[in-house]
Amino acid sequence: MQRVGVFVCWCGSNIAATVDVEKVAEVLGKEPGVVFSTNYQYMCSQAGQEMIQESIAKYNLTGVVICSCSPRMHENTFRKTCEKAGLNPYMVEIANIREQCSWIHKDKETATEKAVILGRAAIAKVHLNAPLTSGTSPVKKRALVIGGGIAGIQTALDIADAGFDVDIVEKEPTIGGKMTQIDKTFPTLDCAACILTPKMVDAAQNEKIHIYSYSEVSSVKGFVGNFKVTIKKKARFVDETKCTGCGLCTEKCPQKKVPNLFNLGLDNRRAIYIPFAQAVPKVATIDADYCTMLKSGKCGVCSKVCTAGAIDYQQKDAFIEQEYGAIVVATGFNPIKLDNYDEFAYSQSPDVVTSLEFERLMNAAGPTGGTLLRPSDGQHPHTIVFVQCVGSRCDDSKGKPYCSKICCMYTAKHAMLCREKYPDTDVYVFYIDVRTPGKNFDEFYRRAVEEYGVHYVKGMVGKVVPENGKLKVQASDLIGNQQLHIDADMVVLAAAIEPDKSARPLATMLTASMDTNDFFTEAHPKLRPVESPTAGIFLSGACQGPKDIPETVAQASAAAAKVIGLLNKDHLICNPCTATPDEMMCNGCSSCEKVCPYGAITYVDKEYRGPNRTTLIRRVAQVNPAVCQGCGACTVACPSGAMDLKGFSNKQIMAEVDAICR
Amino acid sequence: MPVNEEFKPTIVAFCCNWCSYAGADLSGTNRLQYPANVKIIRIPCSCRLNPMFILRAFQRGADGVILCGCHPGDCHYTTGNYYARRRMTLLFSMLDFLGIERERTRVEWVSAAEGAKFAATMNDFSATIHKLGPNRRLEDLRCRKD
Amino acid sequence: MIDTIKRISGVNPRKCMKCGKCTASCPAFDRMQFHPHQFVDMVENGRIDELMQSEGIDFCLSCFACVERCPRNVEPAKVIEAVRLAVVRQQGGAHLTPDEIPALLDDELPQQAITAAFRKYRK
Repeated sequence: MQRVGVFVCWCGSNIAATVDVEKVAEVLGKEPGVVFSTNYQYMCSQAGQEMIQESIAKYNLTGVVICSCSPRMHENTFRKTCEKAGLNPYMVEIANIREQCSWIHKDKETATEKAVILGRAAIAKVHLNAPLTSGTSPVKKRALVIGGGIAGIQTALDIADAGFDVDIVEKEPTIGGKMTQIDKTFPTLDCAACILTPKMVDAAQNEKIHIYSYSEVSSVKGFVGNFKVTIKKKARFVDETKCTGCGLCTEKCPQKKVPNLFNLGLDNRRAIYIPFAQAVPKVATIDADYCTMLKSGKCGVCSKVCTAGAIDYQQKDAFIEQEYGAIVVATGFNPIKLDNYDEFAYSQSPDVVTSLEFERLMNAAGPTGGTLLRPSDGQHPHTIVFVQCVGSRCDDSKGKPYCSKICCMYTAKHAMLCREKYPDTDVYVFYIDVRTPGKNFDEFYRRAVEEYGVHYVKGMVGKVVPENGKLKVQASDLIGNQQLHIDADMVVLAAAIEPDKSARPLATMLTASMDTNDFFTEAHPKLRPVESPTAGIFLSGACQGPKDIPETVAQASAAAAKVIGLLNKDHLICNPCTATPDEMMCNGCSSCEKVCPYGAITYVDKEYRGPNRTTLIRRVAQVNPAVCQGCGACTVACPSGAMDLKGFSNKQIMAEVDAICR
Repeated sequence: MPVNEEFKPTIVAFCCNWCSYAGADLSGTNRLQYPANVKIIRIPCSCRLNPMFILRAFQRGADGVILCGCHPGDCHYTTGNYYARRRMTLLFSMLDFLGIERERTRVEWVSAAEGAKFAATMNDFSATIHKLGPNRRLEDLRCRKD
Repeated sequence: MIDTIKRISGVNPRKCMKCGKCTASCPAFDRMQFHPHQFVDMVENGRIDELMQSEGIDFCLSCFACVERCPRNVEPAKVIEAVRLAVVRQQGGAHLTPDEIPALLDDELPQQAITAAFRKYRK
């Protein structure tokens, strides 16, 4: 029997308001084996931790139970505390009386009663705890960044700067992501390409960074420090090492009717293409859906004009295997499809555009060369209506329940740019709320209204009807309590943003959790915002939630710092809560080997002393503790009950069950 | 069985460390209430749950046992919850065979982001158990509290 | 009265985020003293009597454009329907007996109008 000390935390009033902490300490003090029991305002504070350490020495404690917040919060804190006092860190058990007791119950008596029972279960468990020592595993000094947008590029540059090798996997033919399509950035109005393209070039020229463009991650195995990743390099039918990016093929290709996805289909490109002039790597790619040579075997113009001989129609998808210590997810976002919002006539008129399309129409490198023209007739628009919150802040059944965060600011930017370039245009912005939390953001929005004369109308557009080359906009003005009818030339929809579609299958591969909107969840929403709950997986940019560029870059660098911290270690401390077989009970059936997801179990023939001084050779299970992650699947699969999990043994869990049901 | 007004069921909830335990924490953080008779035991993964633990709980006087794990496909250990699902299916048919009310045991998938679902599930399960009344058939009288 | 309106309509006015898309969609805007977003606000703030006495509640076509386009499923048209029902109930005796109907029928009367008459028509 252990000598157990019980420490009940008040957590200020968080626990003490609904749980009678003194009574809990008193009742638990009478449990068998408990030699000391007390309560304190903040157990996790310096003073609280010192009290635990002093008590361990004074009462010669061999087990500690702390009734406090969730073990997900402070288990490590208290383990370290006890370790410093000379107690094995795995002799500590936490009874969760905050998240799972005081915060969910209002009645003090009920909550106190429940806290006592939870405390009893922890005491029952700690009696059966055994000291555990952690093993170590080596760390591969290489990082993988999935996604080559501004988030991925920044993360990769920062990791490379610290001296580690980084690979960027980008599914498009070029890195750069959404920021390459943007014209100007708020609130400074500096040109997006001017600040992004140097970074793209830096990434390409950095010898520590390797870019896998037009590639995808196809499988991930392993665990923190030792991920084994298969990267699929999609066939681009051009030899990257030979192509010089001269662009001759993209001019000569006879297939001219391919929608240019870089310009969101606003114009056409050839079947062989370089997305834009500053693409990195600047290598041509053949679109297999449109290339007549690949489809019917007749053409071959690009191969004839290519002086470098880089065209290779026989190219196949290639698979590359690589090992990494850490993985950063930077898969980014996309605007939603607007099929559900056809009251805005997006599918009925080319003059109703999304904000990202509008961005291309304003861009000097865009389909109109930077002159704002209506897509339908190429005329200059005189009245432009912006609609905010299209698909954002909706009931779950109709759209996205969250605020997309960036739309208020980019709409203010668009409105301002329109008025600046074309003072003869009337610009209306229909808003529900204008949300501008950010440095110099509200000043920017006020400038749009006060200096540039943009008409901000509190209300919403109800419907848009294309009629005689105009767009009839019917909207509400809630301040004026009237209905407005505007004959507009263009309507711009601030579509909600959603995580990229590739994120969901990726999350499954990485076993990283996602929320109901398919954004990656962070390990702690406030204290660990760039880490996934899965060790070794880090989050960068809009894959974690809607973000603007400054926030994305900040988070990207934060993720890089976390990766560098991990890669700097030569060895990682393993989780000591691993499976362990009782060799005398093992009958060598291989059931455990089959269920182990990590291949941590192997079988060996071992000599045992049998009756009458004979020697028996038996086949028994062995667990590699460096590979075992401690899920416990094998413990239940074992028919003879030989396999058990350290830290969560059968006896411990049953002791908890008994204590709860007592 | 007549519903006893004084009946306070004992419910044991096994929650996997990565999703459901975090989901339970989230429902606490959001101050969503569920009955106090639900007591949570943390296990590393839903596949750590030996069906024996459930029988033990019933034997010791629990009135309902619920297992919560990550959604299928989202298991932290890749496949653990699939094992759990199969094992529980087998256990359910065995409990049926023994004549235990099927509603006394349940498996629910609760992710770390689903605090509201956790609370709703526990409220619903507790109400179900309340309707069923105390567990008599599997209870070991030697383990009786009084 | 508020509770009656909420119960009949099944509308929770607290879901409204005051975007005004209902009012922007309303084809009968000009005929009504109060407009869809105001219906919801008036239910929330207890100004039901004012709404019941207001002009033009019968001009709501029940076209359900506001219900269809509301981003948060608040369903303002159901409020106005409930208010109209409440007005009819207050009037009392606002119904026909079956034997009064044949005299009022004419060939061009649509079926729906006959049904509606049971509720609305008053001599």
